[in-house]
Amino acid sequence: MSAHFKKKSAGTKQEIPTASMPDIIFMLLIFFMVTTVLRETELLVNVSIPPAEAVEKIDQKRLIQYVYIGPEKLEGGGRGDPAVQIDDAIVRDQANIRQFMYRALLDEPRTIVSLRVDRDVETGLLYDVQQELREAEALRVNYSTTRAAE
Amino acid sequence: MPLLKQRVKRDAEIPSASMADIAFLLLIFFLVTTTIDADKGIYMQLPPPIEDDQDIPEINQRNLLNVLVNADGQVLLDNEVTNVAAIRDIVKRHILNNGREPQFSLSPDKAVTSFKTKRGLPYVTYIEVLDEIKSAYNEVRDEAARQEFGTDYGTYKARLGDDDPDVIADRYPLKISLAEPDPD
Repeated sequence: MSAHFKKKSAGTKQEIPTASMPDIIFMLLIFFMVTTVLRETELLVNVSIPPAEAVEKIDQKRLIQYVYIGPEKLEGGGRGDPAVQIDDAIVRDQANIRQFMYRALLDEPRTIVSLRVDRDVETGLLYDVQQELREAEALRVNYSTTRAAE
Repeated sequence: MPLLKQRVKRDAEIPSASMADIAFLLLIFFLVTTTIDADKGIYMQLPPPIEDDQDIPEINQRNLLNVLVNADGQVLLDNEVTNVAAIRDIVKRHILNNGREPQFSLSPDKAVTSFKTKRGLPYVTYIEVLDEIKSAYNEVRDEAARQEFGTDYGTYKARLGDDDPDVIADRYPLKISLAEPDPD
């Protein structure tokens, strides 16, 4: 009786061919290597960006020059006075912003300056930075925001 | 004969069994470090720097809508006190006025919205107001695109070729002027 109910096993092999596995992995690897932008700078200022509705995406990531404005991170976790950070250093002398942006525009005239400003920073400091950007003729700016939930 | 060295047989192949593992490790590294999402936000064009001998162009006062915000977030729109939520509608009326009401613009392509705040205003309110002004323009463009092409402005723009003129943007140009800040 028992033999009667015995399952018929299919004669085919049940293995998945793994020979092409390294090729598939390599394809994925190359994709991520190409899309990766490694330089995610260490933030020296606290930035929590505000939400907005009318946001646009900026596709050309390589044109973007970030400027961070927010209360400085102090040793021990405190929040200091508002400061401006470009790349991985805090800019103490605001005239240096002009110099820096001027050089960035020489390298890439289509540069977009993305301002990542903390929500509690007073706009006075933002105006000071913007005046420097105007002097350097870096006129394309983006106020970085999150997308507001509708 | 004893001088002849005996050749040791070695196989000259690189072992490739660990290849997949190495590739996996690299893959995981790039997977973790990758950030694909592009930056998003409100795109603006700053006014060019003022030269000393430059004449400031005269704008007909009725084409100019002044948005002033003080340090407490109170809004003054063409000398009338309003709140942030009301800005969008007034800006839309200003753009689409076409000379009907005397205090608003003569035509959409002449309408300018000037935006100015006190230095003490928190950035979050600055963005809120700018967002309202930009949304007003977006809604005007959306409505025009829907009437004429049956889709919203974003879809219409995506359909345009490289050399096609963007008639909606030409008709309703985005004229938001970031005013010269006060020194105080």
